[in-house]
Amino acid sequence: MSELDQQLYREVILDHYKNPRGHGALDPADAHAEGQNPLCGDEVSIFVRFGDDGDTIDDISFEGRGCAISQAATSMLTEMVKGRKASEVAVLPKDELLDEIGIPLTPIRLKCAILGLGVLKVALHRAKGTPLPEEWRGLENELKLNED
Amino acid sequence: MAVTPAAKLDAQKLRADFAVFDELVNGKPVAYLDSASSTQKPRQVLDAMREFYEHSYANVHRGVYTLAERATAGYEGAREKVRGYINAPSSREVIFTRSATEALNLIAYAWGLDNLGPGDVVVITELEHHANFVPWQFIAKKTGAEFAHIPIDDLGELQLDALDEIAARGNVKVVANNLVSNTLGTINPVEKLAAWAHDQGAIMVVDAAQAAPHKKIDVQALGCDFLAFSSHKLCGPSGAGALWGKRELLEKMQPFNFGGEMIRSVSLERTSWNELPYKFEAGTPAIAEAFGFGAALDYVAEVGLDAIEAHEHELVVQTMDALAEIDGIRIFGPPADRRTGIVSFELENVHPHDVAQILNWENVAVRAGHHCTQPLMTRLGVAATTRASFYLYSLPEDVDRLVAGLHKVKDTFGA
Repeated sequence: MSELDQQLYREVILDHYKNPRGHGALDPADAHAEGQNPLCGDEVSIFVRFGDDGDTIDDISFEGRGCAISQAATSMLTEMVKGRKASEVAVLPKDELLDEIGIPLTPIRLKCAILGLGVLKVALHRAKGTPLPEEWRGLENELKLNED
Repeated sequence: MAVTPAAKLDAQKLRADFAVFDELVNGKPVAYLDSASSTQKPRQVLDAMREFYEHSYANVHRGVYTLAERATAGYEGAREKVRGYINAPSSREVIFTRSATEALNLIAYAWGLDNLGPGDVVVITELEHHANFVPWQFIAKKTGAEFAHIPIDDLGELQLDALDEIAARGNVKVVANNLVSNTLGTINPVEKLAAWAHDQGAIMVVDAAQAAPHKKIDVQALGCDFLAFSSHKLCGPSGAGALWGKRELLEKMQPFNFGGEMIRSVSLERTSWNELPYKFEAGTPAIAEAFGFGAALDYVAEVGLDAIEAHEHELVVQTMDALAEIDGIRIFGPPADRRTGIVSFELENVHPHDVAQILNWENVAVRAGHHCTQPLMTRLGVAATTRASFYLYSLPEDVDRLVAGLHKVKDTFGA
């Protein structure tokens, strides 16, 4: 095991994983989406409430199941975007979140780390029409049985 | 009749054929416990591909020169090896594909689109790999057929008492099942299902991707109509797979892909299809991969499927016994004697991705995820599992290292 390996599960990650911030559903919510990481089936649901200006993220929460990286990253994300403008968060560069997480990630684990951010952007897109990240486009085009 | 006990295989000796085990991390080779996903390749397979490229390379079925003759003879020789491996009646019924997945898609499209409609029922199982699930779901939707599943019990075994209820839903036209579950290792009662399918007037489609590397396959004894498997799970290269189908069915089907090789004649007004199996092999195939596939079948047959099955069984018993001793571990699937060399499990409060990541620190390679069986994950009530799987080169020490690694996971997570 190298030093890099050990950093992956540094204390702050395990703390966010075991004691996630902003955990639970908001009902009603102004914006909501859920998404999966196709790699492992991990799930995240995000709930957002806007302030009186209709743009400021007043409250945000999440539910989900997944690895320590995906759940801790989503927990950190809720702290990071609370109080910020939806229009700004919708185009938040993923590096801003990755800097906050602050651990070395392989390309595969990177997908775990940005799952929550992607789902948040989907929620904002649905509520506000803000742009979707490329990897979340085409969601509506799905196969559904038992419908006319 | 005298019964000869299966020769025991010597995994340590076989490992000399696999250069990957010379790659050391901290002085240790990889404990490669992901063979259900894809196996490592012996030099015999790599040599066959290299020799072909260096001494016999040309396109197949075209040139009349020596290289083309050699290429064609080797490619068709590989087809004959596939035929022998699954005891198919004729090599005309053996179609080379890119993968088992492509083979299953071929059946779903080329058979399903023309033979299914409203009132018909497509039957799959709750533990199917997505490759034998989603194509049928798609074609059912496309044709208006009903999409029904055979449920599993808590041990991950098919509940065949659900068949009557399924039969009552319409005309059962196709039953699709994997011979071995890639997630749980469950060995499914395909002979029984095939008999039931035929009673209903349905065809039986078998996904043997996870079975072919580990146990003897005889398509005639199974009584199925189609069977698909791939090269890369049995020591061969990726990019090659095989579909076997009954000649009467294949002859009636329309082609799946169109282009060169698959035609008899083409004009502005009409096009006719080539004879079997070429009707289903449009374009230049993966020729070197077919050479490698053939060499892999020889390699596995030489080691012996009975010996492989017995070797994996010992490792499964060792693993299940050792995991049962670890607090917080839940093993999925049936008892050791009703599964092949696969053990899926979860460790309480630690996600499989994290388990696999920490095992990697010890150079132990396992698979973490849904294993392309999301409906099964839903049935088991988990998002993902950790899976250890074995092959002819796996060692008892690999299992020891897995167990030691799991203790490290528990330490890291305080689980």
